[in-house]
Amino acid sequence: MAVCIAVIAKENYPLYIRSTPTENELKFHYMVHTSLDVVDEKISAMGKALVDQRELYLGLLYPTEDYKVYGYVTNSKVKFVMVVDSSNTALRDNEIRSMFRKLHNSYTDVMCNPFYNPGDRIQSRWALLPVSASSPVQVGPTSCVRSSPGGPYSCVRSSPAGPLITW
Amino acid sequence: MMSKNDGEIRFGNPAELHGTKVQIPYLTTEKNSFKRMDDEDKQETQSPTMSPLASPPSSPPHYQRVPLSHGYSKLRSSAEQMHPAPYEARQPLVQPEGSSSGGPGTKPLRHQASLIRSFSVERELQDNSSYPDEPWRITEEQREYYVNQFRSLQPDPSSFISGSVAKNFFTKSKLSIPELSYIWELSDADCDGALTLPEFCAAFHLIVARKNGYPLPEGLPPTLQPEYLQAAFPKPKWDCQLFDSYSESLPANQQPRDLNRMEKTSVKDMADLPVPTQDVTSDDKQALKSTINEALSKDVSEDPATKSGLLPPPPALPPRPCPSQSEQVSEAELLPQLSRAPSQAVESSPAKKDVPYSQPPSKPIRRKFRPENQATENQEPSTAASGPASAATMKPHPTVQKQSSKQKKAIQTAIRKNKEANAVLARLNSELQQQLKEVHQERIALENQLEQLRPVTVL
Repeated sequence: MAVCIAVIAKENYPLYIRSTPTENELKFHYMVHTSLDVVDEKISAMGKALVDQRELYLGLLYPTEDYKVYGYVTNSKVKFVMVVDSSNTALRDNEIRSMFRKLHNSYTDVMCNPFYNPGDRIQSRWALLPVSASSPVQVGPTSCVRSSPGGPYSCVRSSPAGPLITW
Repeated sequence: MMSKNDGEIRFGNPAELHGTKVQIPYLTTEKNSFKRMDDEDKQETQSPTMSPLASPPSSPPHYQRVPLSHGYSKLRSSAEQMHPAPYEARQPLVQPEGSSSGGPGTKPLRHQASLIRSFSVERELQDNSSYPDEPWRITEEQREYYVNQFRSLQPDPSSFISGSVAKNFFTKSKLSIPELSYIWELSDADCDGALTLPEFCAAFHLIVARKNGYPLPEGLPPTLQPEYLQAAFPKPKWDCQLFDSYSESLPANQQPRDLNRMEKTSVKDMADLPVPTQDVTSDDKQALKSTINEALSKDVSEDPATKSGLLPPPPALPPRPCPSQSEQVSEAELLPQLSRAPSQAVESSPAKKDVPYSQPPSKPIRRKFRPENQATENQEPSTAASGPASAATMKPHPTVQKQSSKQKKAIQTAIRKNKEANAVLARLNSELQQQLKEVHQERIALENQLEQLRPVTVL
């Protein structure tokens, strides 16, 4: 199952990052960051075709020893990156696709909220809850009563006690 | 969080759970804190002492009953006659599920938004059944109000409100954007970016509850689910005859009350009037603070009654979310006295969408003001308020000299109120200026976003 899920905006800054709290979140943040280059590479490779024909699911971006990173991009250039544990060999491609589909649906629901400004950090508690339910990634209970979302280059908290990372 | 929420709910509904008068002063003090919006925590800490969950309180309640009943008898004497009948009749309306006795119980909290104190207190007294999730149950009056607001935004009650329209509307409730976003997520069950009537009522009710200090729930309460709301209120009760008879009878009862009552009714009157009163609640809320202070300071002996009257003041909150009213009312009418002139001035300045709301707010203000100032006819702006007051005082003077002293006191109180209103208005003015700056900044940010988006379409 996924150990880290990230939603990256068009300008390549993070909108939402969640990883299982037991792990070192910084590592996952770094992996997601490095995977962005691969995503851009894949997008440009397919970019010659029309947007409609472009596949949203990008597949395996790159494998590491312990983890595999999968990518998905929407039509509005919002990227979803998922890190799964390599030891979980039972995880098939279809399952990854379905997880990305759920992630996309949840992201669409977040966009439907008129109080959400595209480009803001996703602070909703349930924004991606359906995805977290299907994966062990714990959706940290970010309080929606916090101050207004930060700017495009503000940090993303992966958990209430997680490190703050500025991209 | 739910447990805490439940505790707070229980805290907030002591009267409902026990249906005793004891809860009322406790509740009224709680409402006072709500109005001031700063003692909520203190009130919450006090809740364990009078936990409604415990068996009906023994000695303390009895002790508190005495002043309450004394105060209540004063206020309710004339109204009690008519309360039971319509009250009983209304129960089936509000609680179609069959919990007729429980229906009134849930109302007390809701009454904050709707009826006058007397009614809310009556209900608390009468309703002994307890509803654990009561803050999330919409009363009939609240439902009427929400439906009317929905109609103002969308004439077709079976259609829905678009996201941008709803956003503008709810933004005027002055809740923070994350909270509004959270409320939207709670209420928009189908996540379509639009609000149907039940969804709108749920969202509005959540905003009202939040303004009253209730923490937002983790999930949409069952009583706010769209299916539940549609089943409970199958059709918008645009012309709820029973309610109309209520509202009509209420003003008639309030006017003969004494000054102490007037102040309370002024606050509460918004609840009496189905739509207009609630519209003014936003400003009433701030007005409540000042009027309540005055009332409390003036009527020491009638404190219990005052506090009981304060119960409905939280109902004033529902009007606050009303966009037009919040802008207009908050600016213009912290006090009912100042309603006219400031509201008119504000009405001209705000956006056009506020224009339709301008009339309802002014109407309730007049009504509120009548019972509030029997001695002073407040039909003019604050400055003119003293004029009518003095004129009113002049008339009886030649007739009865005994009343001169009373009138002088009335004039003095009116002057004090006007001064406070002026101060509040000045504060409002500064707040509005800040809001204007923020809106300008948002506009600039939006324009930047637009610029950024343009190249994307090219790709």
